[in-house]
Amino acid sequence: MIEVEGLTKRYGDKLAVDDLTFTVRPGVVTGFLGPNGAGKSTTMRLILGLDRPTAGTARVNGKAYSEHPAPLGEVGALLEARAVHTSRSAYNHLRAMALTHGIPKWRVDEVIDLVGLGEVARKRAGAFSLGMGQRLGIAAALLGDPEVVMLDEPVNGLDPEGVRWVREFLRDLAAEGRTVFLSSHLMSEMQLTADHLIVMGRGRLVADVSVHELTDASRSTTVRVRTPDAGHLRQVLAGDGVAVSSQPPDVLEVRGLTSEDIGRRAAAAGVVLFELVPQQVSLEETFMELTRDAVEYHARPSSERIAA
Amino acid sequence: MTTIDLPTPARLGRPTTRRVPIHAVTLRRLISAERVKLTTLRSTWITYAVAFAGMTGFGVLSSWAMTSQKPIPRDFNPVSQSLAGMDLAQLAIGVVAVLVITGEYATGMIRSTMSAEPRRLPVLWSKVAVFSVVTFVTMLVAAFASFFVAQAVMGPHATTLGAPHALRSIVGAALYLTVAGALAMGLGFLIRSTAGGIAATFGLLLVLPLLGSLLPTNWQQHVLPYLPNNAGNALVGVHPVPGGLSPWVGLAVMVLWAGVALAAGAWRLVRQDV
Repeated sequence: MIEVEGLTKRYGDKLAVDDLTFTVRPGVVTGFLGPNGAGKSTTMRLILGLDRPTAGTARVNGKAYSEHPAPLGEVGALLEARAVHTSRSAYNHLRAMALTHGIPKWRVDEVIDLVGLGEVARKRAGAFSLGMGQRLGIAAALLGDPEVVMLDEPVNGLDPEGVRWVREFLRDLAAEGRTVFLSSHLMSEMQLTADHLIVMGRGRLVADVSVHELTDASRSTTVRVRTPDAGHLRQVLAGDGVAVSSQPPDVLEVRGLTSEDIGRRAAAAGVVLFELVPQQVSLEETFMELTRDAVEYHARPSSERIAA
Repeated sequence: MTTIDLPTPARLGRPTTRRVPIHAVTLRRLISAERVKLTTLRSTWITYAVAFAGMTGFGVLSSWAMTSQKPIPRDFNPVSQSLAGMDLAQLAIGVVAVLVITGEYATGMIRSTMSAEPRRLPVLWSKVAVFSVVTFVTMLVAAFASFFVAQAVMGPHATTLGAPHALRSIVGAALYLTVAGALAMGLGFLIRSTAGGIAATFGLLLVLPLLGSLLPTNWQQHVLPYLPNNAGNALVGVHPVPGGLSPWVGLAVMVLWAGVALAAGAWRLVRQDV
């Protein structure tokens, strides 16, 4: 269980994390979503006590991370930035980490096997590919068999097989009753892995929803209607909670009604329809919508760039 | 009567029994971890080898060179001469001491270290403890080796371990290098960058005495003896330098310098984000 309350972190005059409050519960995979620069990594560093909050608190299993006598047994973390000495072998890195908590050697061998680094464990970590480095970071996170597993962009640099392995592995950890918290800037990844989503943008909480709710929300959006009698149809559909906009004169974008409703009402009013298309909005678009105002760096449309 | 399997609250937290044994972080466990960290880097072995070779090689070579010229300089002393490699060894020891700290900042390892011990300060103590023991032992062996081999090449000018202050000089050399290393570690924690840490260390140990000698003469006597390198030389030197400190006051001054550097390093370690 991770409980974040009013968490705020200011670097100079920049608010990296702004009054963030959320709870990450055990037994489910919670995705931490937001565009690059939203403050996800900073939040994770604050939870681990690597950064001190300007205000607010972050508690893990009821206490601040630094108050646990054996912190690696509470939280296993993979940070986005590398956290391994490049000249030391993966095995010796894990052995030194294990010794701080009196974790036996067999567990070191076990996590090495678990992430599939057996063959390269004696090689310098600096010679590892991005994907191997991620696997080593995951092995280190699992060393203390922690109740909370917190991973910052864990699938970065992994091959498709590795991505699938991480996804299934995290689901298994959650099924065992553990708290699994992982960040990503890709909605498509979260859609496949997470049960619950915490969405962040520009340091603020944007949404705290289950993936189900978000999927439902994105399904019930707009219906595109093409008709030669747009003016009449607009009057027919007008009512509570229905928004109608038109761009080309013969096309209406209807919000708040299903395509079935529109079809029936049009038939009852004798309006001819040429097209009646529910606009499926992907989770990706919903996410973009949610964080539109909260994106740190906007790419300008290419036409604008050429004009400039 | 049938029993019903109710979902236990444990299902909503950590699995009930721990499969992997795990214990509270203690200074002893941190020290064993730091020992593994120090010995599993190739750079450690190389720099200690350089320190050892510098200490013995230069001590023996200069002893041989000094005694093969005629006439022998008047301030020649077979004990001091055999320990002449100390200045060379201090370069390597200073580098390894800084690297033990700044290597972790440069590679990001410090984030792993501090997530294993989020109280931070015990990490400083365990690093200093491991480094000090390793440095003192290796440099003590190097100083003795240098002393005995140098005496063997000096022929009629040689002396024995029974000579006045010989034992104190040898042990003093190892002590000086250990405390100078601790000072370098403090600067490493304070500055966090390898280049900066090494520059500060040698600025303090080598450049400061040169700058001190530019002071007006009547100030020099109040300043020069208390600079770390000069205080160290008082500890190692056979004959007291005129106006210099006594050996054990010299050691105390060195320890004070190291203590201030470590306190400053500890302050930054505890106060600032990793």
